Amino acid sequence: MPGITREEVAHLARLARLELSGEELEHFAGQLDDIIGAVARVSEVADQDVPPTSHPLPLTNVMRADEVRPSLTPEQALSGAPAQEQQRFKVPQILGED
Amino acid sequence: MTVTELVSYEDALASYDPVMGLEVHVELGTKTKMFCGCSTELGAEPNSQTCPTCLGMPGSLPVVNAVAVESAVKIGLALHCEIAEWCRFARKNYFYPDMPKNFQTSQYDEPIAFNGYLDVQLEDGEVFRVEIERAHMEEDTGKSTHVGGATGRIHGASHSLLDYNRAGIPLIEIVTKPIEGAGARAPEVAKAYVAELRELIRALGVSEARMEMGQMRCDVNLSLRPDGTEKFGTRSETKNVNSLRSVERAARYEIQRHAAVLSSGGTIVQETRHFHEEDGSTTSGRVKEEAEDYRYFPEPDLVPVAPTREWVEELRATLPELPRLRRNRLREEWGVSEHDMQSILNAGAVDLIVATIEAGAPADQARKWWMGELARSANESGKALDELPITPAQVARVTALVKEGSLNDKLARQVIEGVLAGEGDPDAVVDKRGLKVVSDEGALGAAVDEAIAANAAIADKIRGGKVAAAGALVGAVMKTTRGQADAARVKELILQKLGVTEG
Repeated sequence: MPGITREEVAHLARLARLELSGEELEHFAGQLDDIIGAVARVSEVADQDVPPTSHPLPLTNVMRADEVRPSLTPEQALSGAPAQEQQRFKVPQILGED
Repeated sequence: MTVTELVSYEDALASYDPVMGLEVHVELGTKTKMFCGCSTELGAEPNSQTCPTCLGMPGSLPVVNAVAVESAVKIGLALHCEIAEWCRFARKNYFYPDMPKNFQTSQYDEPIAFNGYLDVQLEDGEVFRVEIERAHMEEDTGKSTHVGGATGRIHGASHSLLDYNRAGIPLIEIVTKPIEGAGARAPEVAKAYVAELRELIRALGVSEARMEMGQMRCDVNLSLRPDGTEKFGTRSETKNVNSLRSVERAARYEIQRHAAVLSSGGTIVQETRHFHEEDGSTTSGRVKEEAEDYRYFPEPDLVPVAPTREWVEELRATLPELPRLRRNRLREEWGVSEHDMQSILNAGAVDLIVATIEAGAPADQARKWWMGELARSANESGKALDELPITPAQVARVTALVKEGSLNDKLARQVIEGVLAGEGDPDAVVDKRGLKVVSDEGALGAAVDEAIAANAAIADKIRGGKVAAAGALVGAVMKTTRGQADAARVKELILQKLGVTEG
C-alpha cells in the first residue's frame, strides 16, 4: 500500500485552508499513514456478519431544544474568507461559458 | 437552444401514458436551524445567522433540533407512513459552494418515515391515492447570487456571492412512488397533490408552506411510455416548480414535449430542466448521464434517531383532522357544492369562514362575506384574505347587526369598507359614519308617501295588481333615505299603503 506523501498532506492542508510548516507536513504524513494503516486492518476483519459502526457510543436521540443561540456577527463569519463582497462569501466562477 | 415543436396535449395522451414522481421540499417553521441554534428568521442581513457549525468550521459539532424531528414524525404519520424505529443521518457529498461544509447532512437509506399515502381530491370530487415512498430530514442550502452574467444566471457569471443564513434550515423532503394510472389527469393530480400536501403541512402547524416564499418547492419528474406497455420511459426532472399552477403547467408541458420527441423517433435525455413562469415552458439544465455519486456515508458527528413507539403514538394522538376529511365535513355542514368548496379552498378562506362561524355568524353569511366583498377587496389590494385588516369576529359582528335589523346589506358593505379602511370595529364605523337603518316608522312612512305622490303612474300600476312595479318605488325611498332603510320593510309599507297584498 502506498504511503501518504508530503505532497498529499500539503494538498489537504490547502483545501482545509491550514498553513503547515515543512516539518509539520512530514509529521502529519507519517501520522496519517499510521491512521490509514489502522483503518485498513479493521476492514480486513470486517465481514458481512459485522454490522458497520458509524458511532462508537451506544447513544440515540441526542437532541437540543429549539431555542435560538447567538450567531456570529457577519464580520466574524467572513473573517476567514479568502474573498468577500457585499457581506457575502465570494467564490470563483462556478460554471464556464456555454 | 433548440425549439421543440410540441404535440397537442390530446395527441400526446392518445399514444402515451404519463408516469410522474413528485419530490417536495418543505422548510420547517422551527425557530432555529436543523443542527445549530442559529435563527431561521427571514429577511436578516447577509451572513448574520451563521455559526461555526453551519459554516462547517473544524471542530464544530451538530446537534439535532428536537422540534424538527417531532415535525418530521408528525408529517410521516399524517401521510400514513411507517416511522423508523432507528435511523441515521448521512453526508451527501458534493462540490458546490451553496453548502460551506461541502456536504449536505441528509438521510440516505434510512429515512425517518416511509411507505405511506396521501389521498387527494380532484375538482370533480374524484379521489386519487398518491403513494408516498419516503419522507426524510435534511437541511437547506445557502443562497447564491451570480454576478457578472447578463441575466443574473449562473451561466456567464464571473463569480458568485454566498449568503449562508439559509444554510442549515430544517427541510423535510417528501418523495412519492411513481404515480401511474392518472392518464390525462396527471397534471391535475400533480397540482392537487401539492395543494393537499400544503394544506396538510399547515394543518399540522409545522410550516406555513408558502410556496411564493420558497418554503415549499416541488420537483416534477415525468416520463411517458407507449400506451399498454409496463416499462417506464426515460424521465426528465423539472426543478423548483414553485406554485400550484406551475406544477400543473410543468407536467403538461413535459407530457407534450416528451410526446413530440418520442413520436418523431427521438429519445428523451435524462436531465434536469428549468421551468419558466412566463410561458410555462421548460429548458434543459444539467444532463445526467449517470447517477451522481454523492458518496453517502453515515454522519459520524450525529447519533441515531430512534423514536420510541410510545412517543410516536403520543404524536399520532395529537394529529388534527386531515384537511380533506375536514373539508368534506365542512362542505356538508355548510351545504355547498364540491366546486364552491374548491373555490373557498383556493381563496384561502376555509379557516376564516370557520372562525367567523365560531364567532356567531350563520354559515351562509360568513361564506358570503369572505367569498364576496372581502375576496374582491383582497384581490384589488393584492393581499391574501388572511392579510386583510379585518378579523372573523368583526365580520361576525357585521352579520349580527344585519340580523338584528340595524344594518341592511348595503350599509353592511359600507361598515366592512370602514373596518378595512382602519376606522375601527364595526360598531365604531356605524357610529362614525352614521350608518343605521331608518327604523323610525314615522320617517319611513313619510318617505313612502312622498315616493307614491311623486310616482303616481307607477302607484296606479301597483294598485292595478302589478306588484313587481313596487321595486321602482322602493328604489325611490332608498334614495331619499340614502340607503339607510330596510328595503323589505319599505316594500311592505308601500303595498300596505296602496292596499295591495303580495301573492
